[in-house]
Amino acid sequence: MIYVENKDLVIPGDVLADEDFYSGRGTFKENGQICSSLMGLVSLRNKKISVIPLKSKYVPKKGDVVIGKIEDVRFSMWDVDINSPYSGIIPSSEVFGRDKKSLSKVFDVGDVLFLRVVDVDEVKKVKLGLKGRGMGKFKGGIIVDIAPTKVPRLIGKKGSMINMIKDKTGCKIVVGQNGLVWVRGEPKMEQITRDIIHIIEEQAHTSGLTNRIRDKLCLEIDGEIPDDLDEDFPEESRTSDFNSHSNRKHNKGFHKRLNKKDNSASKYELEKPKLENFKEELKEEIEAKKQAETKRNNDFISNLENIEKEKKSHKSHFEIGRKKSGFSILRDDE
Amino acid sequence: MIFISEEKKLRADGRAYNELRPIKIEAGVLERADGSAYVEVGGNKILASVYGPKESYLRRFLRPDTGVIKVRYNMAPFSVDSRKRPGPDRRSNEISKITTDALLPALMLEGYPRSLIDISIEVIAAEGGTRCAGVTAAAVALADAGIPMRDIPVGCAAGKMDGDIVLDLSEVEDKTGQADVPVVILPRTGEITLLQTDGNLTDEEFEEAINLAIEGCMEVSKVQKEALKDRYLRTTEVPEEEE
Repeated sequence: MIYVENKDLVIPGDVLADEDFYSGRGTFKENGQICSSLMGLVSLRNKKISVIPLKSKYVPKKGDVVIGKIEDVRFSMWDVDINSPYSGIIPSSEVFGRDKKSLSKVFDVGDVLFLRVVDVDEVKKVKLGLKGRGMGKFKGGIIVDIAPTKVPRLIGKKGSMINMIKDKTGCKIVVGQNGLVWVRGEPKMEQITRDIIHIIEEQAHTSGLTNRIRDKLCLEIDGEIPDDLDEDFPEESRTSDFNSHSNRKHNKGFHKRLNKKDNSASKYELEKPKLENFKEELKEEIEAKKQAETKRNNDFISNLENIEKEKKSHKSHFEIGRKKSGFSILRDDE
Repeated sequence: MIFISEEKKLRADGRAYNELRPIKIEAGVLERADGSAYVEVGGNKILASVYGPKESYLRRFLRPDTGVIKVRYNMAPFSVDSRKRPGPDRRSNEISKITTDALLPALMLEGYPRSLIDISIEVIAAEGGTRCAGVTAAAVALADAGIPMRDIPVGCAAGKMDGDIVLDLSEVEDKTGQADVPVVILPRTGEITLLQTDGNLTDEEFEEAINLAIEGCMEVSKVQKEALKDRYLRTTEVPEEEE
């Protein structure tokens, strides 16, 4: 026997159903009844009842991808703030091999990174890692903070919402499951994106949001669009439509972004230098230094050789006052 | 015209023996806090805020298997007739402790080990019955913050005034009455999580006072639930079409 319907608003202590149902997230069983433990919306799937909270803190779990900020650099690890009651660590083994160089040269306090949650133990100590597509340090851009529960709505079905925003504003956007979003583009576009993200957060539970956001984007960026699309636009994205739209509007530089049809793969797109790139950069630096050094050595040696040759040719002149240093040839006082 | 009811007469402020003072509760009033609530009961004005769960900054509070709460009840210097010196005093510490004990049975914190929840109850204007109203406010703030709870604790006080057992004592009744019995319950199961007595009562009077207080609590609980549901409705105001 169930007392609520899907998408009903419930508060802690509300009785949802009798025992023949399964209790999911946000619910608990007591006295043969399933009750809600959170303030949120009922989610009813087959025989499983859960409650999706309106507000909740991000609790890290294995496999999540998050955006974190370095808080502290310790002897063999970094402390990371992941916008959660629990802070994470990146062990230095994620970056270095055997020899631990100075950690702050790689990531310093204040750096913002895109990370994967490698492991969470029973007392919620969080281990973070950098291995994976797009993981690494962010350069520039802004960070927008939203509630972690709204992240799925921000991304949309198969990335529909987030890709629409990316296309229209031309910004690079990376969404972390802990509610932090990194945006980088032209400053005005960054501000527009930030405002749009906040609107999505406020109205996440309403319907027809994708359309409203699309209209708002068009309004902000290039004046209201002419109503040549159908009134009842389906919630699922038709990215191709958006592409053709932007093409029509001739937004400079945005064309590059339009060729992405593969929404799911480009979910966590990051053009930033990955850690392999960083290693390469280090290698290149060292190489360059070596080359400069060898060049200096070679020059010096060839200089000496020249001096030897000259000495041989002018042997008579240099009987007197010949020193070890090659510079004596400059005193051509014979 | 003097109106005398069959059994009990009206009180000084015109209420019946089992009538509550006007109550107003609003959830989510502080933007910066994770959860917040504002409660007005009669002349009481109480603001509660919840921060957490967050990393416990006090090592002695840290528990590896569950989260913990830290409650601070405070009266603002301007909340009473004669200026109250700021800072915790014995009464505030006592009330903080009993509020913790009143709220804890309702919370389910096993999912947040090593974390701390800071609860702050600030009395801006006091008019009798602040500890019950404080717990009521804190409970709404906790629900607003998304902390998992078994139920929403609610508080109300009963007492003895002029020989009669009455509900929800006002300031005057509290000061001049013979007894004060604050009660906090978990409305779904009726479990009592706070019970104090101040004054002299016979066994029957005590029982009567508790029952009356529980009735009052159930009434206040309705207002709490309304407040939480209204909070959600406020955020769903869509500018354009409803659909």
